[in-house]
Parts: sequence; structure tokens; C-alpha cells
Amino acid sequence: MSHQLPALVVAAPLIAALLIFMAGWVRRGLCFPLAGAALVVSLLSALGMLSQVLTQGPLHYRLGGWEAPWGIAYDVDAINALVLSVVAAVALVNLVAARVSLEAEPPHRVGALYALYVLSVTGMLGMVVTGDVFNLYVLLEITSLSGYALVSMGDDRAPLAALNYVFLGTIGASFYLLGVGFLYTVTGSLNMADIARLLPALYGSKAVLAAFVMIMVGLWFKAAFFPLHSWLPGAYSFAPPAVAGLLAPLMTKVMIYVMIRLMLSVFTPAYSFALATLNQAVVWLAVLAIVAGALLSLAARDFRRMLTYIIVGEVGYMVGGAWLGTRLGLTGSLLHLVNDAAMTLCVFLAAAAFTYRYKGESLHSLRGLFRRMPWTMGALVIGGLSIVGVPPTCGFFSKWYLLSAGIQAGQWGYVAALLFSSLVNLVLFFRVFEIAYFEPFHDHHHGEPAPSAAAVRNEAPALIVLPLLFTAVGLIALGLYSGELASGVIALGLPTGLR
Amino acid sequence: MDRFLELLTSNYNYWVYITLMMIGLWGMIAKRNLVKKIIGMSIFQTAIILFYISIGAKEGGTIPIIMEPGGHGSAAQAVVRAADYINPLPHVLMLTAIVVAVATLGVALSLAIKIYQRYGTLEEKDILKQINKP
Repeated sequence: MSHQLPALVVAAPLIAALLIFMAGWVRRGLCFPLAGAALVVSLLSALGMLSQVLTQGPLHYRLGGWEAPWGIAYDVDAINALVLSVVAAVALVNLVAARVSLEAEPPHRVGALYALYVLSVTGMLGMVVTGDVFNLYVLLEITSLSGYALVSMGDDRAPLAALNYVFLGTIGASFYLLGVGFLYTVTGSLNMADIARLLPALYGSKAVLAAFVMIMVGLWFKAAFFPLHSWLPGAYSFAPPAVAGLLAPLMTKVMIYVMIRLMLSVFTPAYSFALATLNQAVVWLAVLAIVAGALLSLAARDFRRMLTYIIVGEVGYMVGGAWLGTRLGLTGSLLHLVNDAAMTLCVFLAAAAFTYRYKGESLHSLRGLFRRMPWTMGALVIGGLSIVGVPPTCGFFSKWYLLSAGIQAGQWGYVAALLFSSLVNLVLFFRVFEIAYFEPFHDHHHGEPAPSAAAVRNEAPALIVLPLLFTAVGLIALGLYSGELASGVIALGLPTGLR
Repeated sequence: MDRFLELLTSNYNYWVYITLMMIGLWGMIAKRNLVKKIIGMSIFQTAIILFYISIGAKEGGTIPIIMEPGGHGSAAQAVVRAADYINPLPHVLMLTAIVVAVATLGVALSLAIKIYQRYGTLEEKDILKQINKP
């Protein structure tokens, strides 16, 4: 059984999505247990693979028993298994927290929402595990299409934001597909390992360079890498909170993982990091992304919108770290990918808790919330400190790796941007804390300041608060174990030839 | 000039797909009507599908069904020359891509319907005017 895990991790949610959709017609009560069971199976298979990879080395799985260059191969190495576990865990935690708000949706939507949710996770898990570039495209579109539909179920402005996401997402996926076509014309293969074997003889070819650039640009569209980020703030701030809690932590991170994987195991570091001018240009783009993300988040007047611009900056951290082209940079980037998924989940869950109780999302609607929702705010403090990068939360450690990688590579612009962005994040979160702690609660429904006696506790339901607290504790745990994560897991998956 | 013409005619299939791609991109960027943008997106995707179809084609190639029974016949029959058959793989891949393109078009058009129900128009300018109005 255990050798079937690479297929099971994707098959379980895929089959569950179909069952959930049908259960939506017959018995809506079955939707949540089915979705939860599927994600638990995925999480357990991912963890099982992680322990197998750590003891026995990379796994190679052939779907349907077809040999590699012809059939679809699923390759699992240490990094892969780690990212799979993170994706499944984040999706599961958010699913538990999303239950209250999803069941409150109009009844005819419930089944579809759960089915799309699980389908979207299927695509993300598949993208991480697959060893075939065309299979990756199909899974990318599975995630994207279900993502478009999920985003459009938000408030009034969601359909327009979703349509914008459709346009930019489709351009991105099409660029990726075109790049794959170029690779196919020169190598005649779609299997990642096979392409990596055939490519070295063709490194001088302009078609390979065009393929490389097109695939990267396509993935940057999907990862919301500045200046291709314009779909993200709208899509994630107008989406239903339950959906934002799934897509915001995972979608961009999975795309960055895919980018790193293609750079390392299809084009190999010997090609990806040999084009010095291109590398330099991308790192400077990352600097721009970080600075722009910071400035735009300062200008935001709405809590969730502020968080979305922080994500734009974080994408810059990770892309920049990866393109430094050093072992330290890639380690930092991958570690930050794991940490950022967890801390984005934490702050978006907190946002979901506010929205559940108070509807409003503008920064001023957070007034007095420390008294009203102490647990939620406590978790938000940990999440915020982690995004700022305060030890012992995990954000500090990965940022430390990225900073030292920048210094080691002599990329001072990148180092300065990281520090600037941390400073801005500090301002952003302390502004939130100040509003929530010192300013008196203001009830929007009555339009006048409530007397202090009315500032009673009004915490979000336990089903939202418990996953949130779990995530917050997880942030500290991830921080404490980040050394082991970097040297014991990520280091195993990185190729040996890196600087 | 001659070399340019040769470049143009020898790989005309690529020029067709590049032209279509640019038309699609132009539609998505320059048009202000949402349905026109969506159709632009569809043309853009179709261009890439045509690119894949054309890389599988071979001059004088036929459909890749091997007629010789078994391969135990005479020596001449047993040899299958790859140049005689078009490459079926890109075509098969595009079956999937067509499904994806249709699904994307469907999602986009249904979003357009939702937007029309909400704002009563599909012109981007008018929608933005309504959104920015307090």
C-alpha cells in the first residue's frame, strides 16, 4: 500500500470532489465529512511519503505502470514531500475553520463550494508531485478553474475580480503551455527527468531560452510576481473568507515551488543560474516587488486588502531568494515558502474570524477587538510578529536565511528591500494592534459608540478559533524546528552542484 | 527581401499562430467590452492549440495507424518509418487543452452574466463608474 502513496495523495481528493458534488444534491451533511476525510488521507499520505523519503531517498511512481518517458511519472523528493504536507495541512486546517461560514451559504451552493474547494487542493497537490510538464499544466488549470469559481462566490465585487483573475491567469497558463511546446519541439519529451537528460546538448539553443523565459513568465503570472500581480489583491480581498484562507496561503506558494522545481530539475542549475544578466534582472524585479508590496500595503484602508499586498511582497522575497542562485538562497526561499503558507493562513483565519462576527473589514472596524475577541487577536499578534520577523516565530528564521543569502551573494538591493519591508510590516501590524487595543469599540449597526459596559466578549465560534490558535502555535513550533527543517529536509532535496 | 519572404513562406504555420496570438492579446488588452475581452482570450488559447497541432504535422505524413498486421510479415512490411506518420502526441495533448479552453470560456462567460446582472452593462468603463460612485 505504501508504494501507492504518491497516487493516493492526489486521487483521494479528486474522487472525493466528485462524491461531494453528488452528496450536495442528496445529503448536504455529508459534504464536510467527505472533504475532511479526503484531506486527512492526503495529509497522511504526504507525511508517510516524507518519512519514506527521509529514510529511503526519492520515490519514483509510474501512473498505471507506464514507463517514465511515455507514461506520467510522479517523483517525490524531500522538498516535494514537505511542500505536499504543508499544502494538505493548510487546506485541512482552513477547511475546519471554513465550515461555519460555508454552511451558512445558500443551501444550493454548499455542495459546489466544498467540491470546488477539494478540487482546487487536488490540483495544487498534483502540481507539486507530478514529474510531467504537461500533466502540470492540466493540474494548474484544475486549480485555477476551481479557484476562479470559488473567488466569484464572494461579495458584490467578486465576479469582476474573478474575471480579471481569469484573464491574467489564462495568459499565465498559456505562456506556460507555449513554453512547454517549445521544450517539446526541441526534446520530444514531456517527462521532467527525461527533458533534464536531453537538454544539456541543447543549452545553446534559442528555442530552449525562449521556452525557459516563457515558462518562467507564465508561472510568475500565477504566482502574482510584481508587476504581474494585479489580479491578486482584488481576487483575495473580495473572495469569501473561507476561500481566501485556502488560496492566499497556498496558490502563490505552490507556483513558486513549481518555479523552483523547474529551475532545479528540468533546466538544472547549470542552465538556470548561468545567465547572469537574467538572474540579476529577476533579483531586481524581486526588489521592486518587495518595495511595491510594502508601499501598496501601507496605502490600503482595509484589513484583508492590506494582507493581500503583504503577499505580493512575500512573493518577491521568495522569487528573489530563489534567483540568487545559491544554496543558501534556495534554502531560505523554500523555508520561507513553508513558513509563509503557515503565517498567511494565520492572518487570513483571523480576518475570517472578524468578518464572521462584524462583517466590516476596514481597519477602523477593528476597534476595541482585543476586548471582544481576545483569542483571535492573540493569534493575530503571533501571526503579525511572524510576518514582521520577530523571533521565535518562524518568519524570523527564514528571513534570516534570505538576508544572509543576499549578503553572501552581494545583492545589497535585495537585502535593503527585505529590511525595508520588515520595517513597513512592523508599522502595518502595530497600527492594527493600536486600533484594536486602544480605540473603543464602535458598533456599526447602531452608528454610535457603545458604552464601555457593552464591550463584552464576543469571540468567534470555537470551530474558527481553535484552528486559528493551532496555526499560531504552529508558527512558533515551525520557528523552533526551522534549523532541522532546513538541514534535515530541504538540504536533502537540493541538487549537490549548487554554490 | 527574398530572405524575408522565404522566412515568411517556409514557416507560414508559425506566422499564423503568432498573428492569432497577437490578435487575442490585443482583444484582451485594448477592448473595453468584457465579452470582447473573453473572446480575445479564447483566440489567444486557440492560437497555442494551433501551434501544437502544427508541430505534430509532417509533410506527406498520414494518420498514425499502423496497418501492417503483427509485424511478422515480409521484412519490408515490418519496418515502420516514423517519417510516414504524423506525430499524434501533440494532437492528443491538445484534446486536453481544448477541454481546458472550453471550460475557461464557460467560466468566463458565466462570470460575465453575473456581472451583467449586477451592473446592467458589460462595458468596463460603465462598471468602473458604478463601482467608484460612493
